[in-house]
Amino acid sequence: MSTRLASGGRLIDRHTTRTFTFNGKRLSGHDGDTLASALLANGQTLMGRSFKYHRPRGVVASGAEEPNALMGIGEGGRFEPNQRATTTEIFDGLTAKTQNHWPSLDFDVGAVNAMVPRLLPAGFYYKTFMFPRPFWKHVFEPVIRKSAGLGAAPKDRDADRYEHFYAHVDLLVAGGGIAGLQAALRAGQAGLRVLLVEQTAHWGGRAPVDGVEIGGKPAEEWINDTLQALEGMENVCIRTRSMASGVYDHGYALVYERLTDHAPEMGGPRHRLWRVRAGQIITATGAIERPLSFAGNDIPGVMLASALRDYVVNWGISPGDRTVIVTNNDDAYRTALVLHEAGLAVPAIVDARPSATGDLPQAAREAGIRVLTGTGIAEVKGRKSVTGVVLCAQAGEGAATDEIACEAVAMSGGWSPVVHLWSHCGGKLIWDAERSHFRPDAARAPTGHDGKPFVITAGAASGAETAGDVLADAKTAAGAAADALGRSLPDLDAAGTNDPHEEPMAPVWIMPQGAGPAKRMKMWLDYQNDVKVSDVRLAAQEGYESVEHTKRYTTLGMATDQGKLSNINGLATLAGALNAEIPAVGTTTFRPPYTPISMGAIAGEARDATFQPLRRTPIHDYHEDQGAYMEPVGHWRRPYTYPKTGESHAESVHREVLATRNSLGLLDASTLGKILVKGPDAGKFLDMLYTNMMSTLKPGKCRYGLMCNENGFLMDDGVVARLDEDTFLVHTTSGGAEHTHAHMEDWLQCEWWDWKVHTVNITEQFAQIAVVGPNARKLLEKMGGDMDLSAEALPFMGWAEGRIGGFDARVFRISFSGELSYEIAIPASQGRAFWDAALEAGGTWDITPYGTEALHIMRAEKGFIMIGDETDGTVIPQDLGLNWAISKKKEDYMGKRAQARSHMTDPTRWKLVGLETTDGSTLPDGAYCIAAGTNANNQRNVQGRVTSTYHSPTLGRGIAMGLVLNGPDRMGDIVEFNKVDGGTVAAKIVDPVFFDKDGEKQNV
Amino acid sequence: MRRYSAFAIAREAARYHQGWERAWASPEPKRAYDVIIVGAGGHGLATAFYLGKNFGITNVAVIEKGWLGGGNTGRNTTIIRSNYLQDPSAAIYEKARSLYETMSQDLNYNVMFSPRGVLMLAQTEHEVRGYTRTAHANALQGVKTEFVGPERVKEIVPIINIDGPRYPVLGALWQARAGTARHDAVAWGYARACSDMGMDIIQKCEVTGVNTENGAVTGVETTRGTIGCKKLGVVVAGHSSVLAEMAGFRLPMESVALQALVSEPIKPCMDCVVMANTVHGYMSQSDKGEMVIGGGTDGYNNYTQRGSFHHIEETVRALVETFPMISRLKMLRQWGGIVDVTGDRSPIISKAPVEGMFFNCGWGTGGFKAIPGSGWGFAELMARGYSPLTAEFGLNRFREGRFIDESVAAGVAH
Repeated sequence: MSTRLASGGRLIDRHTTRTFTFNGKRLSGHDGDTLASALLANGQTLMGRSFKYHRPRGVVASGAEEPNALMGIGEGGRFEPNQRATTTEIFDGLTAKTQNHWPSLDFDVGAVNAMVPRLLPAGFYYKTFMFPRPFWKHVFEPVIRKSAGLGAAPKDRDADRYEHFYAHVDLLVAGGGIAGLQAALRAGQAGLRVLLVEQTAHWGGRAPVDGVEIGGKPAEEWINDTLQALEGMENVCIRTRSMASGVYDHGYALVYERLTDHAPEMGGPRHRLWRVRAGQIITATGAIERPLSFAGNDIPGVMLASALRDYVVNWGISPGDRTVIVTNNDDAYRTALVLHEAGLAVPAIVDARPSATGDLPQAAREAGIRVLTGTGIAEVKGRKSVTGVVLCAQAGEGAATDEIACEAVAMSGGWSPVVHLWSHCGGKLIWDAERSHFRPDAARAPTGHDGKPFVITAGAASGAETAGDVLADAKTAAGAAADALGRSLPDLDAAGTNDPHEEPMAPVWIMPQGAGPAKRMKMWLDYQNDVKVSDVRLAAQEGYESVEHTKRYTTLGMATDQGKLSNINGLATLAGALNAEIPAVGTTTFRPPYTPISMGAIAGEARDATFQPLRRTPIHDYHEDQGAYMEPVGHWRRPYTYPKTGESHAESVHREVLATRNSLGLLDASTLGKILVKGPDAGKFLDMLYTNMMSTLKPGKCRYGLMCNENGFLMDDGVVARLDEDTFLVHTTSGGAEHTHAHMEDWLQCEWWDWKVHTVNITEQFAQIAVVGPNARKLLEKMGGDMDLSAEALPFMGWAEGRIGGFDARVFRISFSGELSYEIAIPASQGRAFWDAALEAGGTWDITPYGTEALHIMRAEKGFIMIGDETDGTVIPQDLGLNWAISKKKEDYMGKRAQARSHMTDPTRWKLVGLETTDGSTLPDGAYCIAAGTNANNQRNVQGRVTSTYHSPTLGRGIAMGLVLNGPDRMGDIVEFNKVDGGTVAAKIVDPVFFDKDGEKQNV
Repeated sequence: MRRYSAFAIAREAARYHQGWERAWASPEPKRAYDVIIVGAGGHGLATAFYLGKNFGITNVAVIEKGWLGGGNTGRNTTIIRSNYLQDPSAAIYEKARSLYETMSQDLNYNVMFSPRGVLMLAQTEHEVRGYTRTAHANALQGVKTEFVGPERVKEIVPIINIDGPRYPVLGALWQARAGTARHDAVAWGYARACSDMGMDIIQKCEVTGVNTENGAVTGVETTRGTIGCKKLGVVVAGHSSVLAEMAGFRLPMESVALQALVSEPIKPCMDCVVMANTVHGYMSQSDKGEMVIGGGTDGYNNYTQRGSFHHIEETVRALVETFPMISRLKMLRQWGGIVDVTGDRSPIISKAPVEGMFFNCGWGTGGFKAIPGSGWGFAELMARGYSPLTAEFGLNRFREGRFIDESVAAGVAH
């Protein structure tokens, strides 16, 4: 059983006590403890269950690479599943629950899977669960889904908030070990703007644990001195608990800062996502130790040698009284020495190499520790915890040579540089045969916009092993970064280190090397996903030979640790099975993030009301105060209708239409797009954009125009007013303003860059208020001012500038309702005041604000088309009877050529008509006009569809517009429209103008 | 081919699974075949499969530059649905969906098709009208869908937030027999079945040239030598224009990056697929428990198989808004694929200007769901010269202006 040592633990403060609960049990630890170290201190070695077999799992690592010790942390709105105990710092009141078991961690019924693992090899689910067919959805899948997954789904709304930061720096240094510190220091001294980030709460990385001395001082002192120097530099920013999570194109990188996970009482945002744009990036991300593949290497108590060393040195933990070390390299001997120094027993160091002659093995022998070379582990004994190991000859098949009782096993299969950040954006790797690892190939670095490298690795991330090499490499890296940024570094020597001489490691991918199938089924590669050596070999045997096939077939490396421990061992196993070289097998792709980052942090502040920008017209507050039912239109919200108390939406729409038709209505049309097009070539430009001629429009006049895309399809419509010789004001649909403006700029910037035209979107500079109805002119006259609004002075399709009721106004005599109508543009700041003044003055005529639905109904009654209803991206103006708006004189306009194509000129295209049901009811929205028979694919033939359909309050019956085959030639015909329930509705084809066909109401 | 079954697993377990055969053979290319399919993704393999199964054409090679299923077949978010608006699309996607229903049994390979249903949310009045139109169209196309109200949406997927302050859910188009499948298994299952019919699947074999004689195709040059054929089917997604160029013509197509991401796995909490187009994001939960999330395409062309992070932000923001509970989940992995997009965002399934050469491409962001239907129709086109399923997807539609635009009603492309 693990426990806390009486002394030691460089990261913990033994004077403090922090209490937390683990599966409901109250436990305590110290400041500086991680959840994993605190649990070990409390003798809790069982920390989870694996994904597939529900095997008992203990902690195997001490950092971000941990695959096993995952827990649900927190409660309610602060609950989060799948947190690594190794990177969770404890605090008072922390609650942790283990996952993926039922009914309890200790006794898990799901572990029955583990009793029959032979029946569940890699990919077994592809080979079974196929009969009977409905069983997959209803029986097998639900059971599999329930057994899979890890932590519970959060139920409550997130109680925390998140934020984004932006940083623009010369150099981002990822990793605060001695390499990162050294690189940041040198770059800082050279005056570069540096951001140095470290994912843990501590600086210095492994050096202090490994007993490194720098410049004759313990590493810890050098680290503190360096930090002090960095803190004194204004051009350097350093952050702990901040992980560089991804590197993207053009020097873009993300840093994930965990602000309050360790101290929820601090308040403020929980996570902060830094969006960094860096000139150069140094990844000093260290290396991760690899497990060894021997039978039973997943039993709780088997740990990475470096992790076990961390627990002893950093947190004062005894992993058990007796620890057996198993290794293929010298570094693991440090763990033996540390245990020995702490007064714990190391019954044996099992070294797979034929000899061990480096300084560290010598020191171990001198300390009286038994070193067994050429030896491997045949099997680990124990179920929920290690009870001993059976030894064998590494060269053999696993016949037992000895058995040693122990509580822990520290394993080391060598080290792999952390190459993720290097690889995210295309950095390539090279296989280092001597050290048996992939390391960054500096010659094939990720390149930026200029084709030059922008990522440099430093220290162990480059493949350096000794502290001396690490510091020297970091110095070189800083120099390279400075060079790339056009700066130079002061020439200082790296401080000397006390590195012992280490003999080369020997690659050991399976232990013992001749292990048979029964043993291979007990050798775990991926602890979390339960992928074993036998599974990878099975994949290869079945032809899943590509490393990507193997990964996907076995799920190797797809767990929440993304294969940090398993990938290289898995590749080597695959290479072995295929009789290929490891570099020929290659790696899978490294994808961001380095370790998982919260969705909350990615979303940042954008949630709820601030989810997207809200655009408000100057009259927005009025609508809300009136209790209008609002609908989203782009980023705007527009009043759909203003229901009075007790009114349904249909009733209030009805009232609004009649009030407008009979007396006076008021519409907030401010969302209407307004784009100023100015310059000597403005007329020529608009002639190209619109199907009609705009260059001939006279100042003071308005013209309705149609805009098509290159494919000839109608994309927007609206009224263009000519303000003066060089200036046009283009009105677009509310939803189309940005798109239309971008469309204009696209053509001006990419194709017609030599045309003298300038465009500006002034939508928000003006409130636009439509005064509509038979009493519209009376209202404006009553409001007073200096304008002559008579039919003679301001006829239909004219505009004028002046003052109305004390407001500066531009008045457009246009109508989308068929009524006498003035659209009045008022400077935005005065919009609300004008609206209020009009409302007050309009009391005489019972003035009625109306919403978008009444607007739609009135335009449909008049047979006016609506972009998005009558058009859907497949409709050309000719379909809508709008040939009158297509200039015959112009040589060209956007869409002209497209409209000449055979399908566009096909006489059988569906054309716009009006539709009236025979019983006066309203046609269903979106209904299709049915034709006889079915097509070659057995679909019902159709001959048209409804594009808009409303109950007309003015006419007291349903009216609709639609596109129908030969429609304009079939006036009076009765056709059938479908209903979703299978029934049909009969309707008569009629003229699309239902009301006031001669326009008598608007031309007064 | 030895059949897969629970019994077979038990038998193999007794001998430590040493007896399993290769799922597909790895032969050297022959000198010539009746048909060569370039591209061993889902669409290419399905084409080969139906050439054999429906037309008895088995002297077929499927050649692949990399590893089979390694393009968009293995990178998508595995959604299968057929609630399309336009008749030609609905026909081919519904054919595909119905073939997915029995694919595991047809291939004797469990592709885990799970008809758990797809909800497409309507969050504006415009979308409501659009989906109502789709529902009417589907009713006539033999595609079972219905427009459901917000309460029913909440009932189907309890973790959804239907009262978002910005875009409350007004309803949804619901296709109950839509769902998801295991994407890799689709490629692997077809590959195994094709191999079993005696077809050659040749991986790591890149086409470097197209050989023609008198305007007709005679074979391909590859990194593993010249291979002759009578008919050539090109099914290479984003690289179609490269192959077309080798044969001397151009395709109206662009290639852009599309991204997706998954969360860490959690216990089941969502039993259907939800697509939210106004806010732009879609999500489902895999059998492993990961929330599988798809987003938008980059605004520029490239071939890097990675994309801009701001699209990930946009997507995650949309989904945190739609499913507030995911805020405390973590993104495990993000990736990108290159999608081939045509002018109307519908595929090209067509004879090429070169005799004997055929193209199947342009599936854009929605190809996975079409795999079996696409293979079925393309095989028919290659074998007979005509297929009602593919007739409308010919290359000449761009010249004629006869587009099949799915983005029309509610702005949903694929």
